[in-house]
Amino acid sequence: MTDLTKLSLADASKGLKAKSFSATELTGAYLGAIEAANGVLNAYVAVTAEQATEMAKASDEKLSKGEGGSLEGIPLGIKDLFATKGVHTQAASHILDGFKPFYESTVTSNLWRDGAVMLGKLNMDEFAMGSSNETSYYGPVVSPFRAEGSNAQLVPGGSSGGSAAAVAAWLCAGATATDTGGSIRQPAAFTGTVGIKPTYGRCSRWGTVAFASSLDQAGPIARTVEDSALLLRSMAGFDPKDSTSVDLPVPDFAAAVERGVKGLCIGVPKEYRMEGMPAEIEKLWEQGLEWLRAEGATVKDISLPHTKYALPAYYIVAPAEASSNLARYDGVKYGLRVSGKDITDMYELTRAAGFGREVKRRIMIGTYVLSAGYFDAYYVKAQKVRTLIKRDFEDAFAAGVDAILTPATPSAAFGIGDETLAADPVKMYLNDVFTVTVNMAGLPGIAVPAGKDGQGLPLGLQLIGKPFDEETLFAAARVIERSAATDFSPTPWW
Amino acid sequence: MPFRELTLTLIDTRTPDPKRFISGSTGDWEVIIGMEVHAQVTSESKLFSGSSTAFGNPPNSNVSFVDAAMPGMLPTINEECVRQAVRTGLGLKAVINKRSVFDRKNYFYPDLPQGYQISQFKDPIVGEGKVLLDMGEETIEIGIERLHLEQDAGKSIHDQHPSMSFVDLNRSGVALMEIVSKPDLRSADEAKAYLSKLRTILRYLGTCDGNMEQGSMRADVNVSVRRPGGEFGTRCEIKNVNSVRFAGQAIEYEARRQIDILEDGGTIDQETRLFDPKLGETRSMRSKEEAHDYRYFPDPDLLPLEFDDAFVAALAENLPELPDEKKARFVGDYGVTAYDAMVLTLDRETADYFEAVVAHGGRKRDGKAVANLLNADVAAYVNSQGLAVWETHLQPSQIAGIVDLVAAGTISSKIAKDLLQIIIAEEPEGEPSEIVERRGMKQVTDLGAIEKVVDEIIAANPDQVAKVQAKPTMIGWFVGQAMKASGGKANPQALNELMKKKLGIE
Repeated sequence: MTDLTKLSLADASKGLKAKSFSATELTGAYLGAIEAANGVLNAYVAVTAEQATEMAKASDEKLSKGEGGSLEGIPLGIKDLFATKGVHTQAASHILDGFKPFYESTVTSNLWRDGAVMLGKLNMDEFAMGSSNETSYYGPVVSPFRAEGSNAQLVPGGSSGGSAAAVAAWLCAGATATDTGGSIRQPAAFTGTVGIKPTYGRCSRWGTVAFASSLDQAGPIARTVEDSALLLRSMAGFDPKDSTSVDLPVPDFAAAVERGVKGLCIGVPKEYRMEGMPAEIEKLWEQGLEWLRAEGATVKDISLPHTKYALPAYYIVAPAEASSNLARYDGVKYGLRVSGKDITDMYELTRAAGFGREVKRRIMIGTYVLSAGYFDAYYVKAQKVRTLIKRDFEDAFAAGVDAILTPATPSAAFGIGDETLAADPVKMYLNDVFTVTVNMAGLPGIAVPAGKDGQGLPLGLQLIGKPFDEETLFAAARVIERSAATDFSPTPWW
Repeated sequence: MPFRELTLTLIDTRTPDPKRFISGSTGDWEVIIGMEVHAQVTSESKLFSGSSTAFGNPPNSNVSFVDAAMPGMLPTINEECVRQAVRTGLGLKAVINKRSVFDRKNYFYPDLPQGYQISQFKDPIVGEGKVLLDMGEETIEIGIERLHLEQDAGKSIHDQHPSMSFVDLNRSGVALMEIVSKPDLRSADEAKAYLSKLRTILRYLGTCDGNMEQGSMRADVNVSVRRPGGEFGTRCEIKNVNSVRFAGQAIEYEARRQIDILEDGGTIDQETRLFDPKLGETRSMRSKEEAHDYRYFPDPDLLPLEFDDAFVAALAENLPELPDEKKARFVGDYGVTAYDAMVLTLDRETADYFEAVVAHGGRKRDGKAVANLLNADVAAYVNSQGLAVWETHLQPSQIAGIVDLVAAGTISSKIAKDLLQIIIAEEPEGEPSEIVERRGMKQVTDLGAIEKVVDEIIAANPDQVAKVQAKPTMIGWFVGQAMKASGGKANPQALNELMKKKLGIE
């Protein structure tokens, strides 16, 4: 029998509907793979085997009657940031020890409504703050990829490192993820997977632990463009419980995947040609443009003049919101409590013990930039920058550009415990340099694997679209995926 | 470090008036007062969640996941609270801001589950307005700076456990309107009148029940003193004053305290103080240096609150008649005095009661007569019970009956008082004309019946007769005697005429 875990989500779905195998078998295969690999890769922080088996059984009943939703019987991994009723939901933080919500996030509810099966909760950077999945209270996720001829452990990227690693290592058919500054696209690029951050407002944030509310968006990580389209279709949708969710119909994204790029105008922003950018990234970018041109797209040089301010502005807005969003973790109501001599002491001890270094750093930055005397110089200015960044994109789209192609990351995956990155958090923040602009502008962005670096590690390209035009991104990403014609799966060593 | 707060331009709208000055050992002082009133919005559910706002439920029973700040929970605005705020703004003749912004006010406290309060900082829903106060002969205008919507906190309970505090989140997230006045008040009496008037307006509008004992309305009072007409002094804020009377006491104490310090050559520290009603004094709570930096910023979970003119117009159209308008109408339509009209319109139910009496049975009565009865004899009884007239057993039909009997000359106004007492104390269900008939209280207008009494009095008092011949105003003594002898039932006018004739005076 073939290894069911190696099937794409779309093929698994076809197989289930054709009754070539059952949802129980498919889920069983994934649970077996997790059992075998998770001790090494650390992609899951909680495996819900019992629940998965029950959900699969229920799917089989529906499938046997020729019923079932668009994701009936498809086993998924869920980032630990999504509230799952009665199940481990701790944002990979010590401060949420033992927290099991009484509610289900809108995004996961949508997936279960369409028949998906939950395998468990995926590791991540604590509170989605990080680009390497090393800030998790549950330890780093180990990438299924290794550089050629090396046994050194690499990061899967972050913050959705567990999602990316689990998808790449066949530990789920697809995964939910979230992206505040690049947390879907960067790990997708590091692991040869496809990740899309949809337009802000496309997916409900209700029931997703907040990092930076004005930037957070849920999206899928999957092994193919088509799979990511199928997942996003189910995850997205207007939710009256989220005031920032947008009341627009959700298109059949999968139907747009093979639409091609004929007649599309692809913008190439000159500001993304960073100084010191590795030649192989530059080459990959050119290659991507070539593929799109070959399929009938035109390429246009554009300017997004405020790009260089995006990262600094992001590291004001995101920590500012985070410092406030994380105030509720105070030891009073749920999660960790370290008793003290009085209430203030209890707060201080709890938060000192409960939050990791990176989270504390961002809370402090955020508290600082919002405080009296600094607010106008930092927060207000950063919001102005944000408006300008948004306008840059609007101008480009108004000038006839349909989508923008950029590298997804400035490099391939780096090593776990990289000392230069550990010593200088700003270097780590540079991982998001190509992705944060998209969050700042609220636009959709997709990362698609396009090539490999000199050591055989995956490299991704990013496509940025107009608001609510994820369809064009799927179509263009599919062209790159098809043109690359490369197997981006890791060679199992675990 | 500069403390970030909204800068309020202080404009003195009042003329210093010696009758409001407070005298000190070094001369006169003037007290300057501004109020921040927190009024709980009357609504079924909370500002950003569907939880009930019902008072008195068991602790933590009106709490949703949003109110408890569970991870990933998001606020969604309750439109009814927005409508209530707009109604209140219209009632305060204020500017309605069609676009306002919710901000987060960040601080840690166990009864603040989110670690921030959602409030409105820079862009409130309601801007400048005004409240008119009747201060004796004078009507003064008090400026409203703004009104904004915000969440209430929960309640910490410290007396249930030796080492732990309990938290009740029932109030957490309930909508409050913070109504900020300009520093236009110049005495404790004005401040009390302002609070009462504001409460009256809110109750008329039905946007807050104004119940200060239950905490649904409470005031932070800003007090400073200065030399009359001089520069504004440093203010102290007295937090959470929960009755009109306490507000008056707190201001008087605080003004005196500040004057004493200044006259001793000291300076006032800007600080937050608490009023202790038992000791009748204010004491320091925290100084400006200890003040929180609330790190206000726009709440990214909520879009700016926007509505159009039609939304406001629909609310304006259905606004009830407000106390000032009602008062003017009572003076115009019923001819009652301005004072009577003010008293009758202190609450909507009393005003309705008055109008029900005037129009009872489809006939229009003399408003002045009704007002006199309600504001004098009825008021004496009602106040002794600590109630409003509409809360007693007295029915508008009974009051109307009494007024009708006086108007028809069936009873005198003196007998009317007795009749009222009978209805109050003996026959709560009684019908006035029936009582008068049964108890023989009718006014005697038959001169024949009176004549005998008059003759007897004249015959028995020759000395007085001699005096009245010399001084005709002495007739009052004879009329009084005759009235007494008739049990007060004699028609005073007829009696007067008859007495004159018998005594032979003009």
